[in-house]
Amino acid sequence: MIGSIAALGAGLSVIGAGIGIGQIGGKAVEGIARQPEAASKIQTAMIIAAALVEGAALFGVVVSFLGLR
Amino acid sequence: MYNSSILKIKIFTLLRICAVFLTLATFSIPAFSQEKHEESAEKPFEPSEVILEHIADSHSLHVWNTTAIPLPVILYTDKGLEVFSSSHFEHGHADYTGKYYTYRLVEDKVKIVGANNILADSATVWKWNSSLIDFSITRNVASMWMGMIVLLVIFFSVSSAYKKRSGKAPKGLQSFMEPLILFVRDDIARPNIGYKYQRFMPLLLTVFFFIWVNNLIGLVPFFPGGANLTGNIAVTLVLSVITLIVVNLNGNKHYWAHIFIPADVPVWIWPLWWVIELVGIISKPFALMIRLFANITAGHIIVLSLISLIFVFKSMGIAPVSVAFVIFMDVLELLVAALQAFIFTLLTALFIGGAIEEHHH
Amino acid sequence: MNPLVTPEIGLVVWTTVSFLVLFFLLAKFAWKPIMGAIDERERFIEDSLSKAEAAKDEMARLTNENDALLKQARIERDAILSEAKKVKDSIISEAKEAAHKEGARQIELARIEINNQKAIAMADVKNQVATLSLEIAEKVLRKQFEDSSKQDALVAELLKEVKL
Repeated sequence: MIGSIAALGAGLSVIGAGIGIGQIGGKAVEGIARQPEAASKIQTAMIIAAALVEGAALFGVVVSFLGLR
Repeated sequence: MYNSSILKIKIFTLLRICAVFLTLATFSIPAFSQEKHEESAEKPFEPSEVILEHIADSHSLHVWNTTAIPLPVILYTDKGLEVFSSSHFEHGHADYTGKYYTYRLVEDKVKIVGANNILADSATVWKWNSSLIDFSITRNVASMWMGMIVLLVIFFSVSSAYKKRSGKAPKGLQSFMEPLILFVRDDIARPNIGYKYQRFMPLLLTVFFFIWVNNLIGLVPFFPGGANLTGNIAVTLVLSVITLIVVNLNGNKHYWAHIFIPADVPVWIWPLWWVIELVGIISKPFALMIRLFANITAGHIIVLSLISLIFVFKSMGIAPVSVAFVIFMDVLELLVAALQAFIFTLLTALFIGGAIEEHHH
Repeated sequence: MNPLVTPEIGLVVWTTVSFLVLFFLLAKFAWKPIMGAIDERERFIEDSLSKAEAAKDEMARLTNENDALLKQARIERDAILSEAKKVKDSIISEAKEAAHKEGARQIELARIEINNQKAIAMADVKNQVATLSLEIAEKVLRKQFEDSSKQDALVAELLKEVKL
């Protein structure tokens, strides 16, 4: 029971991260399309932002790990 | 232009590694399935158990089927040090009586067997008051040393190549590693730390290659590899604590002034500000720890889950699908292995850069 | 607590020790020489590039100088040529004029000479004509006065004409 609730929690945090990283990726691609010469800078910024969003999601996942067992 | 060429080299490198791993992955899967079949013959197959067993640490190095290399068990008890081979446990089927206590292996954790068969856990970071601290050379430690040897061999030979061929164009392994080293310098250290980057290059390079190589070793699905080292929270904890220490030891007066005497903030808010800043100081490396741990562990869990599908459905029909997905995931994990090493190093550089930045208010 | 998120003390210690050992070994025996070599090579390449750039600049400067010199020389040559042409033209025209004058003078001299000669010839002719006429007149007179009657007649006539 706890395991399935934990799975739900993990799933919810993944939804948030998915939306966030999707936004970041989309905007980054837009930015690169508008200014291809800034691609490398945008990529770095994108990866950092994605990592931060992903960090938030991973906190959720880890908390749901804590619920396991 | 420079950046994109570096990226191209990186992608090319990645593709080469991917190709090698693809071949290896296809070879390794039969071995894995054989092992699982024997287990599933005994008891109903429980995927989460198998998966957790594979991603957790272990006291023996599994080689093939039932063959395993025992590793030394080093126990620091309240009465003294105990060193013996893990083969005495016979994979958890037997207790071992040492000089001071009798020990039992439960779920690959050493426990003291007390009177009336009561088990005493070894100390963890959450619970220190135990008479047993486990300093064994576990699978992860062995894997880490292997990674260390790989790194030392690679970079000592590269370094000697630089000495031998000083001033000449790189060649062989040297030309393979140089773009990576330059990548760390030009794309990670320099833009994020600034002109003082040189002091931090050794740390960043070591962290980058340590994480990357251990990620890759963790992806090798057969004997010497496969340990979930960088997906172990103890390892990522150490790495992130090192980041924490380095960042705060190098923080300049602007960094500390921003934390303790923030300008533009009313004095009565300062205590609250300090708490927030303290949380910020801790949470940044904490996020590093969790990120690396969760990414690598998740990768291992997914690959193992896909393999487990075969045994859950008890049919070879699902195997091709499962194997195809595993190969796909393995390739993705190769990307993740490099990406996580990159992100860890990048964020470390970013934090260092923030701590040593000269502010112009 | 889930064992996954429980850092094991043993692994923490081993990781710390191993990582620090790795760090110091790599920092001392790998990163230092590698970074040093890369930096040195980069500096060398940069130096070479800047030297090449300087050489190129020098080259360009020299070329420019050469071009300027060439241009100068060409202008000078043109100037000299046009000067020479002018001189030539003037010499020719002078010579022509001189020749013209000389010719005119010669012609004048020749005409004077011719006139002189003509005058001399004329005088000569006159003399000869005079001589001839005298001779003729003598001969005619001699013939007429061969007999003495006639001479007397003439004398008589002449005497008649003389009025005293």
